[in-house]
Amino acid sequence: MDRPLLLEVNDLKTRFHTAEGTIYAVNGISYVLHEGETLAVVGESGCGKSVSVLSIMGLIPIPPGQIASGSAIYRSRDLLKMAEPEMEKVRGKEIAMVFQDPMTSLNPVLTIGKQITESLEKHMAMGHDVAVRRTVELLEWVGLPDPARRLGDYPHQFSGGMRQRVMIAMALACGPTLLIADEPTTALDVTIQAQIVELVIRLRQEVGMAMIWITHDLGVVAGLADRVIVMYAGFIVEEADVDSLYEDPRHPYTLALLAALPRVDRRRHQRLKSIQGAPPNLLVEPHGCPFAPRCERVIDRCRTENPSLQAVAPRHRIACWIDVQTGEPR
Amino acid sequence: MSSEAATAIPQLKADELEAPPLTLRQLTWRRFRRHKMAMFGVAMLVLLFIYSFGGAFFVSEADANLTETAARLQPPSAAHPFGTDTVGRDILARTIYGGQISLIIGLTAMLVEVILGILIGAAAGYFGGWIDAVLMRFTEAVFVIPQIFLLIVMAKYFGGKVPNIELFGRTFSGSVVVVIVIIGATSWMYLARIVRAEFISLKEREFILAAKATGTPAVEVIFSHILPNCMAPIIVSATLAVAAAILAESYISFLGLGVQAPTATWGNMLDSAINYIDEGAWWYWGFPSLLILLAVLSINFLGDGLRDALDPHSRAV
Repeated sequence: MDRPLLLEVNDLKTRFHTAEGTIYAVNGISYVLHEGETLAVVGESGCGKSVSVLSIMGLIPIPPGQIASGSAIYRSRDLLKMAEPEMEKVRGKEIAMVFQDPMTSLNPVLTIGKQITESLEKHMAMGHDVAVRRTVELLEWVGLPDPARRLGDYPHQFSGGMRQRVMIAMALACGPTLLIADEPTTALDVTIQAQIVELVIRLRQEVGMAMIWITHDLGVVAGLADRVIVMYAGFIVEEADVDSLYEDPRHPYTLALLAALPRVDRRRHQRLKSIQGAPPNLLVEPHGCPFAPRCERVIDRCRTENPSLQAVAPRHRIACWIDVQTGEPR
Repeated sequence: MSSEAATAIPQLKADELEAPPLTLRQLTWRRFRRHKMAMFGVAMLVLLFIYSFGGAFFVSEADANLTETAARLQPPSAAHPFGTDTVGRDILARTIYGGQISLIIGLTAMLVEVILGILIGAAAGYFGGWIDAVLMRFTEAVFVIPQIFLLIVMAKYFGGKVPNIELFGRTFSGSVVVVIVIIGATSWMYLARIVRAEFISLKEREFILAAKATGTPAVEVIFSHILPNCMAPIIVSATLAVAAAILAESYISFLGLGVQAPTATWGNMLDSAINYIDEGAWWYWGFPSLLILLAVLSINFLGDGLRDALDPHSRAV
């Protein structure tokens, strides 16, 4: 892609030191994001998707968290080395976040008007009246009915879908260049999910921002993302353009994920294929390929050596010792 | 039979169907209003404030301090409705001016306590780690010393070191300030613990992460995002703290270590009355005691009512 580079994450490692031992949450992930590009990060619960973006935002509680290594170069500045006051200017203004559960991510005792205007007054140096007017515009823009009248309402007076719209309005208030959406549709029911995805696609075009969209719903990814990263146990196992990932998945884990997806064109009464076993225990330092214990194509080498990401096609990298097309070691 | 059943169904009028749901504030007010003891407490407190502050329009402070040795220890009469004390001062006038000081001490000592409790509890709960460890060990250290003992020692140590204060054209004994500060400084521990516990649970909530993700600095997260979420327990314990402070003031003034004459309080009026309990001069100690009792009781009722009304789990509506 010809678009300029926006964010470059290199060898990010995040650990949590807990009473039970060290949790290896993110184990050296690297990726790049260009301006205006949408990157989807997929993987099952606990694979380090959220932790990886919270690390970039500097929102990991330290201690117990620790960024063991890595850099996140955002417009030639390393977010991981930035001082807190500087970081506060980036958060919300340049990089905004939308969280998973709109029921819990709005402050229950503050009116939604206050929650949005606060950010505008702080980052955009707007006067109160201007900020209020802008808030009304924003809420109208995200499709909240009758916004002027609802500014003084509290979050509990809104439905889940409407709250997520409020969250999105809040995130987009200062015109961010990067929006990080951490499973923004997971807590919503399917019809509302579709509305929110449509809304985000429309807003993305209007704002021209880049997005990192974290999800475990591969269906949502297909209609939204430019590139996809598949994560497993804190590692990136496959990275590809969205079309090649669906047409030509190369990692056994991605294949298994896609096989577990319900499809409308599949025969009725056919059972979904689940992945055997459970995700690895992150308390154990990774050794060998993390997916080896659950992999159908496992070979001896998988258990001792962890494969690194290798290009298998243009703009398509996987971390696997075997070629899934032939079943032979590469 | 069937027609009877049909008429038994209550018919809602259109405006009843369309009545908007009650807001949290309305619900709280409704629960509070139905709490009979709390409403009694509020009414009594209003009367006590009118008595102490409104009474000042009818009786001057000079009257309250006027000694009239010819009229010593007079029982209640038309001239002195509450009687007089050993130096002939009018007890009614003294309870009015004493009430002002007692109530002001109660409220301001509560403010000192609330500010200390919130700052210490919030810092410990929000930052955690060694800050929490140091602040909580300090809190426990203050806790293990009995408050009365601490009050007496501090009152003795600081008493008389603060000069008198001129305010609104009146002279207040400097001991009033000492009493306010030492009561506040010896009673913030419960509140600090409550605030710390609230902060520890609230800081992990997703909306706090969301607030940080919009670039909100720590101080703002603490005071404008977390603190408003734990106002209910703070309001309740602040209310009860007023009653406790009035009692504490009475106690140390009764021991002669609190507010010094000529400034009257309900507490130091009792100090001089102690020797006359056996003498039949019931009005001397009776009226100040009754006022302390009413004030403390009413504030406690108010606190109980607030606790029930502000508790979101309370089912009573």
